[in-house]
Amino acid sequence: MENAVGEVQNILVLGGRSEIGVAIAREMLTPSTQRVTLACRRPDESKEVEASLTREGLRVESVIFDGGDTASHADFIDNIVATSGDLDVVILAFGVLGSQEQCDDDSQSAVKISHTNYTGAVSIAMEVAKRFRQQGHGRLVILSSVAGERTRKANYVYGSTKAGLDAFAQGLSDAMVGTGASVLIVRPGFVHSAMTTGMKAAPFSTTPDVVAKLTVKGLRAGKRIVWTPGILRWVFMVMRHLPIAIWRRLPMG
Amino acid sequence: METDFTTSRLTGWGRTSPSSARTAEVSRGDVSEFIKDSNRRGVLMRGLGRSYGDAAQNAGGVVLTLKGSAHEAVLDVGAGTLTAGAGVSLHDLLKVIVPQGFFVPVTPGTRFVTVGGAVASDIHGKNHHVEGSFGKHVRRLTLMLADGTIHEIGPEQNPSLFWATVGGMGLTGVILDVTFALIPIETSLCTVNTIRCRNIDVLIEEMSHGDDDHRYSVAWADLLATGSRLGRSVLWRGDHTKLNELSSKDAANALRYEPRHLATVPPVVPSFGFVNKLSSTVFNELWFRKEPRRKEGGHKSIPSYFHPLDAIGSWNRLYGAGGFLQYQFALPFGREDELRQIIEKVAISKTASPLVVLKRFGASNPAPLSFPMPGWTLTVDIPARAEGLGVLLHSIDELVMQSGGRHYLAKDAHTTPLAIRQGYPRLDEWKQIQQSVDPDRRWQSDLARRLELI
Repeated sequence: MENAVGEVQNILVLGGRSEIGVAIAREMLTPSTQRVTLACRRPDESKEVEASLTREGLRVESVIFDGGDTASHADFIDNIVATSGDLDVVILAFGVLGSQEQCDDDSQSAVKISHTNYTGAVSIAMEVAKRFRQQGHGRLVILSSVAGERTRKANYVYGSTKAGLDAFAQGLSDAMVGTGASVLIVRPGFVHSAMTTGMKAAPFSTTPDVVAKLTVKGLRAGKRIVWTPGILRWVFMVMRHLPIAIWRRLPMG
Repeated sequence: METDFTTSRLTGWGRTSPSSARTAEVSRGDVSEFIKDSNRRGVLMRGLGRSYGDAAQNAGGVVLTLKGSAHEAVLDVGAGTLTAGAGVSLHDLLKVIVPQGFFVPVTPGTRFVTVGGAVASDIHGKNHHVEGSFGKHVRRLTLMLADGTIHEIGPEQNPSLFWATVGGMGLTGVILDVTFALIPIETSLCTVNTIRCRNIDVLIEEMSHGDDDHRYSVAWADLLATGSRLGRSVLWRGDHTKLNELSSKDAANALRYEPRHLATVPPVVPSFGFVNKLSSTVFNELWFRKEPRRKEGGHKSIPSYFHPLDAIGSWNRLYGAGGFLQYQFALPFGREDELRQIIEKVAISKTASPLVVLKRFGASNPAPLSFPMPGWTLTVDIPARAEGLGVLLHSIDELVMQSGGRHYLAKDAHTTPLAIRQGYPRLDEWKQIQQSVDPDRRWQSDLARRLELI
C-alpha cells in the first residue's frame, strides 16, 4: 500500500534492465519499501542492478518477463501478485530504440520495434490496469518519449511507437479515474544511457537520475504527465507547430 | 435480497492515499447478506471516516456503513449506562443524554465519531489519566463474526475476543451495538483552569504534578517555537461544573446543550491550502498570547471545551488537495528526553500546523492493540506535501521505537510494519485471536495490509 506521503511498499519494474526504470525505482526507495521486482528477459544479467538497489529490509529480485511475448502477460501478472501481493507502483520501462537504417533495409526490424514498444506495452498495461481495478489502488508509470510528440526522419519508427503508446496511456489514464488507481505518463527528452551510447545528444538532454527525480515528484503530486526536463513541455509546444519545411531541416540527427 | 453497491473513492480525514471500494449503507438486519457478497478483498465497516489515515478503507473490497439512530438508544438511568447501535455518532447521542444529566465516558477531540469506531479504535480523551480509554467503560457489545453468527461479549463474557475487538480496528467482526457506562453530570458546563507554560519542561513539570486533581487535562503546544521557548504551551484542566457553582439564574437551565455550527469550508480550496509556515506562525503567536498566564475557574460549554474544531464543517479541506496527516505516538514515562528531541526535530523542520496536542496518559487496559500506555502522547498535524516529511517521520519513528513507544493505529498514515510490531509487543497474541474468529480473512483494510496486522 501507499502511505500518506506517497511512499510505497511494492515496486515492479517492467524492463528491469532499463536504466530509467531502475533509477525511478531507486528514487522511490524509503524505509517503507519492502520489495522491488525487476522483470526482464534475462534475469541472470540483472545481478548487478539488483546489488545496486539492495539495502536492509528490502527484497530485490529478478523475474523473467518478455514484453513482446504478449500471450504470457496475464499469467505473469497473476504470478507476481501471488508472490508479492498488491502492486503499488508499476514502472513500464521496456522498449527498444532500434535503428532507423536497419528498418529501412528490413521491414521486420520495424515490426519488431513496434511489437515490443507498442503492442507489448499495451498488452501488459491492460493486464496491470485490470489488476489495479481489482485491488482498488495502484500507480502505473508509462515511459513515453518526446520522440512521439512529432516524429522525425531520424527515428520515426521508434517515434511512432511512442506516439501510439502515449495516446494509449492518455486514454488509459482517463479510464482509471474513479478506480482508485492512476497512470503517470513520462515524456523524457534525449537521455544519456546505455540505450543512447554513441549517439549525438539532442538539445536539452538529460540523465536517468533527473528523469527519476521528476517522475517521483510528479507521482507524489498526483500529476498526469511529466516532461523531463520540464522545459521540453514548452519547447514542444512550439516544435509541434513548426512549418514542415523548417521541422525537416532541424539539425537533430 | 439484492445487495446494492456503489463504487466510491475513499480516504481518511487527512484526505491522503485514496483507494476505491464497493460501498453500501446497511441496516443491522442486512449486514450478513452484504458480507456474503464480498470477494477476496474482504469487508470492512466504516463509521464517519474520522480516522486520519487508511483505517476505514478497503481497496478493491467492500466497505459498509451501519445505519443507526440515537433515538433507538436505550438509556438506563438507574445503572447510568447507554446501549446504542454501533453506527450512531457521539454527536447524536450527546443531544439526547446531556439534557438528561449524562455525558459520554470518553470523547476524542471530535464528537463526529461512531460508537463502533470508538470501540474499534479504543479512543481516548482528555480524561485518560484518570479514567482510561473507551474500552474500559464498555459493559457488553454484540459482535457479528465472519460466519454471520452473532455473539454477546464483554469484559466477563469471552474476554479474549472482547479485548481483541477493543482497539481491533474492525478486524474481528462487525460491532452491532454497545452498552457503556456514562458519566453523570449536574450541568453542561466545564470549569476550566488555564496555565501558560513557557516551554516543554515547564509543561511536563506542571502536568506531572497537577493533572491528577482534575478529570480533564490537555495541552496545546507551539511546535514552531525553538530554543528556550521550545514546546511553549497552554494547559487547560477542567472538571464538570457542579450545580452549586452556578448562579440560580444559570442553574435553571443547567443542562442546556446546543452545539453551534459556525461555518463549513467549501469544497474548493486552492490546491496548496491555507496551512503553511507563515499562517501557522502567526496563528501560534496569537493563540499563545490570547491566553492568560494563569486563570482559575472559567466556564466553558461542552462543545467549546471538548470539540472546538467541530464548529467548522470539513475543516480538513483547509490543507488543500495534498491533504495532511496527523502523527500521534506515545512514549512511556522516563522518556521525556526523547520526547523533547522529537519536539525539537518537528520544530526545526517548521512543518507543523497549529494543531498540536500533548497529553499525559494514565494506565492502559487489557486490549492487545489499545494505544494508550502510561506516559506521554503527542499529536501533530502536518500538511502531507511538506518537503522532506517522509524522512522526518521515519527518523521520529526510530526514536519512538528506541524508547519503547508506539503509534496510534486510528491516526496512522505513514509508519511501517516494523514500528507496529515493536510498539505492540502483544500483536501476535492479537493475531491468533483474530485468525481464530476469521480463518478465511473476511475482514480486511488498507491499514491492515499496509501494517501487516492480519
